[in-house]
Formats: sequence, structure tokens, C-alpha cells
Amino acid sequence: MSAPALESPSTAPRRRAHLIDSALITLLIGAAILWFAPVGMGRYGTYVLSLWLVMSIGVMGLNLTLGYAGQTSLAQAGFMGLGAYTTAILTTKWGVSWYAAFGISGLFTFCVGILLGFPALRVRTHYLAFVTLAFSTLIWLLLRNEQWLTGGTFGISNIDRPQFFGIKLFGALEFHRFVVAITLILSLVLWWLVRSPWGRAFTALRENPVRAASLGIDTRAYTLLAFAIGSAYGGFAGSLFAPLVEFIDPSPFTLSQSLFLLLMVVAGGSGYFFGPFIGALLGVVLPEWLRFAGSLYLIIFATIVLALLIICPQGVSGLIERLWAALSRRKAGGTP
Amino acid sequence: MSPVLEVHDLHKAFGGIKAVNGVSFSVREGEILGIIGPNGCGKSTLFNCILGQLEPTEGAVKLDGRDVTGLRPSDLNRLGVSRTFQLLQVFPELSVRENLILAGQEHQGSMLGRLFGARDAGLSDKAEQMIGFFKLGHLAEAKAGGLSYGQQKLLDAAMAFMAGPRLVLLDEPAGGVNLTMLGDLKERLRAINAEQGATFVVIEHNMDFVMSLCSRVIVLAEGKVLAEGTPAEVRADPAVIEAYLGH
Repeated sequence: MSAPALESPSTAPRRRAHLIDSALITLLIGAAILWFAPVGMGRYGTYVLSLWLVMSIGVMGLNLTLGYAGQTSLAQAGFMGLGAYTTAILTTKWGVSWYAAFGISGLFTFCVGILLGFPALRVRTHYLAFVTLAFSTLIWLLLRNEQWLTGGTFGISNIDRPQFFGIKLFGALEFHRFVVAITLILSLVLWWLVRSPWGRAFTALRENPVRAASLGIDTRAYTLLAFAIGSAYGGFAGSLFAPLVEFIDPSPFTLSQSLFLLLMVVAGGSGYFFGPFIGALLGVVLPEWLRFAGSLYLIIFATIVLALLIICPQGVSGLIERLWAALSRRKAGGTP
Repeated sequence: MSPVLEVHDLHKAFGGIKAVNGVSFSVREGEILGIIGPNGCGKSTLFNCILGQLEPTEGAVKLDGRDVTGLRPSDLNRLGVSRTFQLLQVFPELSVRENLILAGQEHQGSMLGRLFGARDAGLSDKAEQMIGFFKLGHLAEAKAGGLSYGQQKLLDAAMAFMAGPRLVLLDEPAGGVNLTMLGDLKERLRAINAEQGATFVVIEHNMDFVMSLCSRVIVLAEGKVLAEGTPAEVRADPAVIEAYLGH
């Protein structure tokens, strides 16, 4: 699964500044647009936008684990489930504030992610996929069967949305803006991380772990970190998902949802920073746009995804990159 | 001068096949030692056992008198041991400069410090020096995967020196490199050896390259040391001529 290189950290200062600023500016402009986007969209439209962002956070985590560090995982929905249930249980049963529950959910999934990372030290590729697949199924079974804690198939209802310095975020628009802010913060953290030496080490881990180790890169530590941080993003996404939908049951955290999250990573562009947003857009918003097709929507959706991956295996981000490169070449060729 | 590297009675078996069968030798500080031998004689397996990529069946490896047998490759690298591989091992999606920074970054500060520190881990100047030293200046921003084979070999070698290692093990550095680049490579290795006092162990099939670069040569055959001496002594050894040189 090819992915782009990290941007060179020490190219000519002008180019470096441009590269850093373009990613940062895109994030900030995107956040500003999304802040105001739901105006006039109604409750459901706003909900879909918020859901897109929440899923983007989960996909960002999987993109770090798989896209940057090359570690196959089919357990991201399981981590979203752990985050959602941790937050729901802490806020509804124990009266913990959402903010504390959000932090605990991230920390909890970070620790569980480390545990899941250990098999990755011994097995790779499809073997690792099967280990994570089993883990995902295990989480789902726990959520469904441990009724005393999770409510079983009845789930947990009346999950409150948080307040922000006394401002209630119960309305769709207010909560959407809260989601935008959290997504921006988590995106900035990941933006920093993938451009740091850690990001370079993750790329080395993906491209050639044997060579990476010979250069002093502690491949064990980075493998565990890739799983832990990616899983924590899944936990954060789940922690936002619970108050967004206000009722959770095990069904959104099944193995098929993990596969769907994987599809979002690949379709958006594995290893591309903005890939998760595009992938989640395809996964969450495209089905909404295809509602006019009624029962045919799944066939159309599958056809679009198939066509995309045949035309450009690097996903939409790869396609955009190729088009941009072609445009730049044409522009350069046309310059006298 | 005290040995930097000591290999004691090293064995490595794959099932019934004894790839390395009781090899012992030592490398003095500042020395350039060549290891030659026919294909399949256990040269690369020996490297992999020394460098922690493979666990030896028997025997010991000592670095500065300290037993490092079975230590992980990353830990050995942090002790100042660097290597190149027989097959190209650059990171194709990273630029030449990124490859070099990556090769040195883990020696800069703590892991957490690297997360919150500078993106280049303070290695831009050092990378620039290496790029100039290995004559890759015009390719600094090019993706490593787009370089010619010879240029990738130079980059591969340059990466091995980014962290200022004391001991460098080079596995067939001249393989597939044209004569001009080969001259460049030999000149660079000699300069690093003379200026920084780095110690080298070089596996190579190119006899001219080995004989003109190394001060001492070990000949391996069927996993054992067949001969050892100066290039002239080895070249004249009848057993070596029989087993390897062939004329």
C-alpha cells in the first residue's frame, strides 16, 4: 500500500514554509467553513456533518496505524466501541463529566492499543489482520453479552451532551461546532506528530522495518505506539459518537464496521494526511447523497468505490495528487 | 590496538545446513577488514548474526570487550555499529535528505524529545555535509526510489555514516556500481576511515575493490575461515586460489 513520503523537513525554507502552511491553512479554513456550514441545513444535515467528522477522527487513527506505520488493523470499530461505552458508562452511571470521560476513553484505548500491538511484534500483514479481527469480534461480544455493564443489546440511552463553560451543547448546531473544535485539535496533534521524527520513523517502519532497526529505530516501541495512538483516536471518536447519537448499542461497532473504516482509509488515500476526511466523506455522506436511488444505493456506492480503486489504488488523495502533478507539468510546459 | 569487534566460534545452522561453522576473528580499531568467499559461503549470515538480525546457534560476539550476542539491531546501532545490506535498503518514498535525517535521528536526544523537538532532529547540516561528501548534492530533494542503482548505493552507504558510527559493516557495497562511482565510493570510505577513525568490515566480491581498500582479508568457505592475511598473502594462498579465486 503505497503512500506519499513525509514532506522533506529541511528543503529550501521557502518550500518548507509553504508545505507546512498549506496543510495548516487547509485545516484552519476547513474548520472555519465547517463551523458555519450547517446554517440552514436542519437537524439531520447537521447531524450527518458531525457524524462525518467523528468518523474522520476514527479513520485518522487507523490511517496512522495502517497508512503511516503499515500495521494492518481490523479492530478500529472495536476501539470506537470501547471509547463510546467508556464515555457512556462514566457519564450516565457514575456522573463523570464528559471531558474527564473523553480523556479516560483515550487513555483506556491507548493502553488496550498497546496490548493489541504486541502480536504485531511477531506477526505481520494478513496474519496480523486476523489477530485484530479476532480482537474486534471479542470486543463486540463483550459489549453485547456483559449486560450488567453495557446494557447488552438494549444499549445505553440518555447520554448527555457536554457543556462548555456553562453553555449547553444540547442543540445540533452547538454540538456540531463542539465536534468541529475537537476534530481540529486532534487533527493538529496528528499533523504535528506525522511531521515530527516520529512520523518519519513510522514511515520507515512501514517501508522497511529491517533497515529501520539497523538505523537505531526501535521498531518495537514505534509499532506499539502506532497501535496505541491509532487506537486512542478510535477511542476519542467513540467518545464523541456517544453524545452525538445519545444512545449506543453494540451494532455500530461490529467487525463489518471495522472493515468499513478500513475502506475509508484506503478510498480516501492511505498514508495521506487529508485522506481520512475524504474517506469518511465517501463512507458517511455519499450514502446520504445516494438516497434518491432507494434500494439501489448500495450497488451504486460499491460501483463508485470499485471504480475509484481501479483508477487510482492510492485513493482519492492519490488521484488528486496525480491530477495536480499533471496540471503543474502542463503549466510548466506552457511557460515560455 | 584493542579489538573493537571480536567474534568467537560463531555457529549458525538452518536445520541441517551449517551456514556459519565456527568462525572466529577480531577487528582492530581503525582497521578495514575484508571478508571474501564464494556465493553461499556464509558471509551475509555471519553479518546477520553479528548484527542481531539472526540469533547464532553457538558462539559469542563482543563489542569493545562487552558481550553483545543476540542484542537487537537497533540497540547495536545505538552502541555505534552501523551497516549496509547486500540488497538496496533505502526508503524509496523519502527524499535523499529525509533518508539521511532518518538514519541519524534516533541518536538525537530522547524519544519524547524527538516528538516535541525540531522536525529535522537538528540534522539538516549534517545531512547537507553527507550529501556533499557523497556527491549527491543535485539529488537532495529527489525521492530515493527515483535514483539510479549506483546513486542509491552511495545513499545507502551515506546513511550508514549519519550517526558517526565506530564500526561499519558493509555488505557488498560495490555490487552493481559502475567504475566511476566505485572509485568515488572507495575514496569516501578511505577518507572516513582516515579522518574519523571508523573501523570497517567489508563483504565484497569485487576483488580489486577489496584488495585495494582493505588492510586485512578473511576468506570464508563453507561457513569456515579458510585463510586470513594481508591482501597479498591471501591472493597468493593456494587454498584460496583453489576455493575461490580459481586462477
